[in-house]
Amino acid sequence: MYSKIAGVLTPILAVAVIGLGMWGYQENQEKNSILIKAENQYQRAFHDLTFHMDQLQDELGKTLAINSRRQIDGTMSNVWRISSVARSDVGQLPLALMSFSKTEEFLAKIGDFAYKTAVRDLNKDPLSEKEYENLKTLHSRAVEIQSELRRVQSKVIDQKLRWMDVESALASEEENLDNTIIDGFRTIDKTVNEYSDIDFGPGIQTLQNKERFSDKNLTGKKITEEEAKKIALQFLGIQAGQANVKVDRGGKGHEYSAISVAVTKPAGNNTIHLDVTKKGGHVVWMINNRNIAKQKLDIQQAVQKGKAFLEKHGLKNMENYTTEQYDNTAVLSYVYSQNGVRIYPDALTVKVALDTGEVVGYQAEQFIFNHKENRKFVTPKLSMKQARKEVNPNFKVQESRKAVVLNDNNDEVLCYEFMGTVSDQAFRIFINVENGDEEVVEKLDKPGKIG
Amino acid sequence: MNVTNNMRVISICLVSILMICGMMFTLPHFSSQETFSGRVLERGSSGQDVVELQERLKYIGYLKDVTDGKFGWNTYWAVRKFQKDFGIKVDGKVGSKTQRLLVSKTKYNPTAKRENVHQGKQATYKAHGHSANDIKLMANAVYGEARGEPYIGQVAIASVILNRVESSSFPNTPSGVIFEPRAFTAVADGQIWLTPNENAKKAVQDALNGMDPTGGCTYYFNPATATSAWIWSRPQVKRIGKHIFCR
Repeated sequence: MYSKIAGVLTPILAVAVIGLGMWGYQENQEKNSILIKAENQYQRAFHDLTFHMDQLQDELGKTLAINSRRQIDGTMSNVWRISSVARSDVGQLPLALMSFSKTEEFLAKIGDFAYKTAVRDLNKDPLSEKEYENLKTLHSRAVEIQSELRRVQSKVIDQKLRWMDVESALASEEENLDNTIIDGFRTIDKTVNEYSDIDFGPGIQTLQNKERFSDKNLTGKKITEEEAKKIALQFLGIQAGQANVKVDRGGKGHEYSAISVAVTKPAGNNTIHLDVTKKGGHVVWMINNRNIAKQKLDIQQAVQKGKAFLEKHGLKNMENYTTEQYDNTAVLSYVYSQNGVRIYPDALTVKVALDTGEVVGYQAEQFIFNHKENRKFVTPKLSMKQARKEVNPNFKVQESRKAVVLNDNNDEVLCYEFMGTVSDQAFRIFINVENGDEEVVEKLDKPGKIG
Repeated sequence: MNVTNNMRVISICLVSILMICGMMFTLPHFSSQETFSGRVLERGSSGQDVVELQERLKYIGYLKDVTDGKFGWNTYWAVRKFQKDFGIKVDGKVGSKTQRLLVSKTKYNPTAKRENVHQGKQATYKAHGHSANDIKLMANAVYGEARGEPYIGQVAIASVILNRVESSSFPNTPSGVIFEPRAFTAVADGQIWLTPNENAKKAVQDALNGMDPTGGCTYYFNPATATSAWIWSRPQVKRIGKHIFCR
């Protein structure tokens, strides 16, 4: 009896064991091949990075040796291109959540500097003594990064180090990681950090840290939490006591210091959030994510609602310049207009619900930190007609006006704004009123920020 | 069987007729027309009636480029030119007068063009320099990372992605930021490929419109699960839902 059962079961069991073994082996093989693929991706990015740092160092070295201006343009373009490729290599390595950001920033800065130099007319505006010194420092730092990378690279090759181990070591979150690759990259970042005082000139500086969004640029006194609550309710048009209001002072890391206010009406189940600056009590943004019923208003009516809302809050002379409909909301951008001159840096956005016309979103960061009354304008040296000649002759102008925009160096410049089309694409072009430079060229039909 | 089907057809017809009547009632100053939806079209409008407008403008040579169903600057200037040439008020808005004039001067085949727009043309429309597909990708990341969070927390995650794109310490494309190894847990464990809901998409849209509840943060972490000493050392800005946002 038992032998009969055993006789039937043994072969079945044997087949099952062999089958399971084969399946397990295959799974393991597959897992290994995927691991190898992932490892190879990392290896490729890493070796590419070392290669590009080699090239970057070479090209920076060349700029020091070259005397002719035209040649510098060429090497600078190369530096710009290589630094961007190197950044992309870094972005593919599993280095997030460890401090390698200084090196990425360094690469970005080299790129910005090289680009600015490459597009500059060096015959008219040659490299200054200081910029030449900067180039030297950049080069010596690139040499340091490269030699450290080379050292890590040779260890990776000789000792067959794997990036997958780096990943798991970082994931283990241990305090003292003993990993050659991680150590190497930490050393590099430390080296870069040690000289973080390099001055790249005004343009690059402002590109890096948005100093415009600092408390310095605000008017008014410090406000208390109670005042912030009041400001929030008044902004939303809610009587005190009709809603539950909570405040959060926020931590120290904030770009500008703000108090976050959350307002919940007892009837509604959604909470309206706002940020109010501690200095001056300006509302920076507001989000009201309520359900929006069927559309009843058209965009024209929404624009009027938006304008009425702004005027109610003392924001006069705001001109609507873009409108965009998303589902049942209209997103409207307004700029401050001083005597008919549009001040594009003083921009804000209002989101209007198309069921009742209520303002359900507000974003005024740019406006709050830039806005000034009565700006003084330079006297134009060019007439609008003369400026028109600076624009591409194929450009069909549809609208024109005076406007202030931020140029590449983040300075406000008075321009003539021309809106129109080239080969069926809509653009706007800003021509400097003083020298006829094309300050900003922007493709339209996408509501982006300008300046 | 047949009777109930007929009943259903009749009731659906009745309901739609009622709805159309209702719409006319709420918008009394627009005359009823066979074409156009009856609303005033202007810059920023979008939809099937904008496609019709663009098709009609193309028919008489005022527009050349694609019919994307978005009333942009090109369409606006074409409308103005049309209004000027035909001697009606030049305001760039397509109200009932302009609509009637367009209908009498042009032809439009609604069935032929409807397909045209649905063939992925929407995907090429850009908002803020990001394509509709970039926005979808970001919505995926937001949903995967923060689907249990309050809406404001989802806007915050979308803002962190955008702040990273802007920052020089991170890749400068949305996909580069999202797929940076070890950057987001939702990417590592595949939750990014869940289908995002409307809220996640709205959150990305709000973040793109500049609403940044984090005030410029590039990092966030869940204090309940994060053990990295490094992330705790970052300057913290605020806590939203389960996440602490820092720079």
